[in-house]
Amino acid sequence: MDRAFRLLVGGAAFLVLFAPVVLLADVLVDGMGYISGHFFTNYASRFPERAGIRAPLLGTLWTLGLTGILSIPVSVGAAVYLEEYAPRTRVSRMIQANIANLAGIPSIVYGILGLALFVQALDLGRSVLAGALTLSILIMPVIILEAQEALRSVPPGLREGAYALGASRWQVVRHQVLPLALPGILSGSVRALSRAAGEAAPLLMIGVLSFIAFTPESPGDPFTVLPIQVFTWVSRPREEFQGLAAAAIIVLLGLIFAMNVLAIVIRNRLRPRA
Amino acid sequence: MAPALVRGTGWRRALPVLAGLSWACGGEGANALRGHVTVDGSSTAYPIAEAVSEEFQLLNPRVMVTVGHSGTGGGLERFCRGETDVATASRPIQEAEVLRCRANGVAYLELPVAQDGLSIVVNPANAFLDCVTVEELRRIWRAGSPVRTWRDVRPELPAEPIRLYGPGTGSGTFDIFTESVIGTVGASRTDYQASEDDNLLVQGVMGDHFALAYFGYAYLEENREGLKVLAVDGGEGCVVPSRETIRNGSYSPLSRELYLYVSRSSLQRRGMGAFMDFFMSNAASLIPPTGLMPLMDSVYDENRKALDAARDPAASPSQPEGGAVSPDA
Amino acid sequence: MAGLLGLCAGISALVTVGIVLILLSETVAFFSQVSLWEYLTETRWTPLFQEKHFGILPLLTGSVLVTVGAGIVALPAGLLTAIFLSEYAGPGLRAALKPVLEVLAGIPTVAYGYFALTFVTPLLRSFLPGTGIFNAASAALVVGVMILPMVSSLSEDALRAVPQRLREGAYALGANRMEVTTRVVVPAGLSGVLASFVLALSRAFGETMVVSIAAGNSPRLTLNPLDTIQTLTAYIVQVTQGGITSGSLAYRTLFAVGTTLFVFTLGMNLLGQWIRTRFRGGAS
Repeated sequence: MDRAFRLLVGGAAFLVLFAPVVLLADVLVDGMGYISGHFFTNYASRFPERAGIRAPLLGTLWTLGLTGILSIPVSVGAAVYLEEYAPRTRVSRMIQANIANLAGIPSIVYGILGLALFVQALDLGRSVLAGALTLSILIMPVIILEAQEALRSVPPGLREGAYALGASRWQVVRHQVLPLALPGILSGSVRALSRAAGEAAPLLMIGVLSFIAFTPESPGDPFTVLPIQVFTWVSRPREEFQGLAAAAIIVLLGLIFAMNVLAIVIRNRLRPRA
Repeated sequence: MAPALVRGTGWRRALPVLAGLSWACGGEGANALRGHVTVDGSSTAYPIAEAVSEEFQLLNPRVMVTVGHSGTGGGLERFCRGETDVATASRPIQEAEVLRCRANGVAYLELPVAQDGLSIVVNPANAFLDCVTVEELRRIWRAGSPVRTWRDVRPELPAEPIRLYGPGTGSGTFDIFTESVIGTVGASRTDYQASEDDNLLVQGVMGDHFALAYFGYAYLEENREGLKVLAVDGGEGCVVPSRETIRNGSYSPLSRELYLYVSRSSLQRRGMGAFMDFFMSNAASLIPPTGLMPLMDSVYDENRKALDAARDPAASPSQPEGGAVSPDA
Repeated sequence: MAGLLGLCAGISALVTVGIVLILLSETVAFFSQVSLWEYLTETRWTPLFQEKHFGILPLLTGSVLVTVGAGIVALPAGLLTAIFLSEYAGPGLRAALKPVLEVLAGIPTVAYGYFALTFVTPLLRSFLPGTGIFNAASAALVVGVMILPMVSSLSEDALRAVPQRLREGAYALGANRMEVTTRVVVPAGLSGVLASFVLALSRAFGETMVVSIAAGNSPRLTLNPLDTIQTLTAYIVQVTQGGITSGSLAYRTLFAVGTTLFVFTLGMNLLGQWIRTRFRGGAS
């Protein structure tokens, strides 16, 4: 009986890991043949033979860059405030609970916000900036939670020592806490950005689904990203386009995987020897 | 450089494109053009807009052309808000839309660009039906239709559920179909699989033995292997949609013209002007591979004249020539 | 400095307020035109057609169908995996598998959508002929696979948090590993496990791309998983692809449906948190 149970739980664990392997195999088999040099350098095309992902790949990099610039400083500021400054009042507890809940809201709801606020009210149109703002509010709660975790892992003794020497609160944060928490914050931010890289739903909401055969040159330009290009190609019935979708998924998975590895490297390499 | 990009089995279809390319490569200095062009509208006309923008941008990489497929209604909605430069349409602009454009001060040209035959399509496994009458289509698709199975359409057909796929309400195809088949614009049943993206309808019919769908001819041409087209009997016998029957009008009542609506103020921008010139100069070669039917060359010449006139500052804006419309702003 | 940092925290709080305000303002406008009674009881959802009906039930059952299906796949398998990781796997294996689960949770949803449409659906149709090309079952299965890493990882955290002395006590009484697991560890960690279930189901409920790609766009009041359906999320995507007029009734349906989605997922998240805090006593 005990052995049977062991088999059962082991089998379940195997299945959990096996299902994504099937997914990966499916995508690799379908898409590998479409990956070539010109797949990266060509723009989208109505002819599958010459279609490529130059626009969505660069669009994704543009969007992620801008999203990082917009979201990381504010999120880290919020985390520092909540961990180091905020009095443990009801308000700060509410903000904290609020942030936890924000992280659980479906991404498409952020898309509605992006549509109403950035595209329409602020009249940013269907631009890189509107997309990056939408993704920023989506990943801010994630970065805040990760940064808080990193700040909390800084030993309190360090802070107390600095205060004892007469340092101000900001001096303590600036010179003691932040340097030690930085690897954790950076690695959490990179992981949050990797989540933004895979998001399609909120960007669909702000109207990014178009044929685009150019790369953005400024934040005001129209753009497309890899997940949207995948969605476009998946919708096309011809088998070649399905293959292109799989190939774009492979690139997207590669990008996300690389970002995750980067996050781990940052955490391990920069870990302060305190 | 461009020919090297076209490889494999697609090269035959690309020949007219290459012809267009070599023609356009004569125009030196065009590479310096910059700017934005935003096109949105009909999913039926999308393959044309996609083809033109793709070829145009190979020559003018710094003019950023965006092509959407929000449907004719959605495209004109955005156009009349001043958000886009060109609206593609699978039906003529409607009265309410004319008024909205006028209210927002959007003056425009109307340019016919292609012909389409709205096609009635079933799965290739469907061996029991080859021709359908307009009356039967009306019974199937009208609002509140009781048709649930194929037998409800015709007693000798199987009692299998009929699964319907069709364009969404924002689509010009939806408007044309409901108008010419059902008799009233929009008076369609609602319990079908609806999408503004015709590709999803094709996917649906390909994967469903008892499906029936209607959409533009281009999507039929593009996916011939997976689809079976029905002949339509509009009172004068069964006619299968084809290039000939659509062009000569015998595929009736489902033949129609596709249009572009072009903003006059956008035309004053150089990138936009170049894009429209390219469109009209290459329409005859770029349209056939998409599966749609080009119009007579003279129509494109007329269109080009209208565009020139709209761009010429000397010509007064109140000069409705050909299909040109200029609401008093 | 404190002021500036406080501002940052304020911005993040404002996001919630912004979401709620924007959703509410248009939703209120929607219900000034459509009665709440019709919204909750009407069985047809045809807001874009000439003959308009505004019953949310078909979309809601669509979402529920996918969520329940995903739960059937993910909850038992996820709990068993958590048990394996927490009680059976050695520390080395666990240390290796935990990050794998994290990476799996990061696979983009469009990839799962592609998998559903091009792999799972043809597979289903090969032994269940008559299944539509777009169907709820395929989407539900794949969403289940998608939330599995989340269930496994969160449940494992909950089981690991069960104090070691409880296990040792049970072993001392002569229980074998299965008995310790099923009679001591799982009951003691149950609140955390349940919380992880609720959070994962909430994620499935709000999932958008898989259902948009694989489940269809036909709002239909059905409980047959082989049918074409439309979920709340897929409707939101569909309606924005049509380029609708802002301020129109069709535009407002977007917000009414968005609010419905928001209320359900927020409710589930709060329920998850409540379960965890309410029953925490059991584990510590």
